[in-house]
Amino acid sequence: MSIEVRIPTILRTYTGGEKAVTGDGGSLAALIEDLEAKHPGLKDRLVEEKNGADDLRRFVNIYINDEDVRFLGGLEAPLSDGDQVVVLPAVAGG
Amino acid sequence: MLTIDQATYDAIVAHAKRDHPDEACGIVAGPEGSDRPERHVEMVNAAGSPTFYEFDSTELLALYKQMWDRDEEPVVIYHSHTATEAYPSRTDIGLASEPGAHYVLVSTKEWAEAGGGNNDAPVEFRSYRIVDGEVTEEEVTVVPSLG
Repeated sequence: MSIEVRIPTILRTYTGGEKAVTGDGGSLAALIEDLEAKHPGLKDRLVEEKNGADDLRRFVNIYINDEDVRFLGGLEAPLSDGDQVVVLPAVAGG
Repeated sequence: MLTIDQATYDAIVAHAKRDHPDEACGIVAGPEGSDRPERHVEMVNAAGSPTFYEFDSTELLALYKQMWDRDEEPVVIYHSHTATEAYPSRTDIGLASEPGAHYVLVSTKEWAEAGGGNNDAPVEFRSYRIVDGEVTEEEVTVVPSLG
């Protein structure tokens, strides 16, 4: 099983400069665990703890096959072989 | 230093005036590594707010995919402040995620206080680098064309 994950510039310090990495997992949560094992530190930039459970960070967008994972079940979003995942920090401010 | 052509500069200012009192936002893309802001893209402020801006997440992905296809990057990321000066807020600094980009801030405050519309009151236009929470202001040079 192989899922391609596009990494934004700001997080490439965790991937040795790689623009894209591959990972495994049947859900977004499982994929993030797999990425964390290969690229320590990455998970903390994508996920934060809310009320004792992991949740996606508010200002990081993750897409599976071009769909925002917030519409796919968030961390529970299912993944299959060949899916394409993109991580993009929000462009936002005050 | 940010070097930007007059037409793009004017378009950013016009966008900020049009969306006042809400914050306007957008980017100017350019070829990767060129530092040339060539292609102005106005974005919708999904927050629709006078004190906050956020690119719509679906439009954000579409924008980045288009840039990747064209080997571009965001050379300028801009937004307006409508009641304060053109200096990055704490939120702007905390959320800045493109260390290679010029963060342009424009302020419509003075223009709006002078009555808005067609009056000639200036719209402040300033540029910054924001890297690891550090803000560095830089000079803005407006040229007739990028050449």
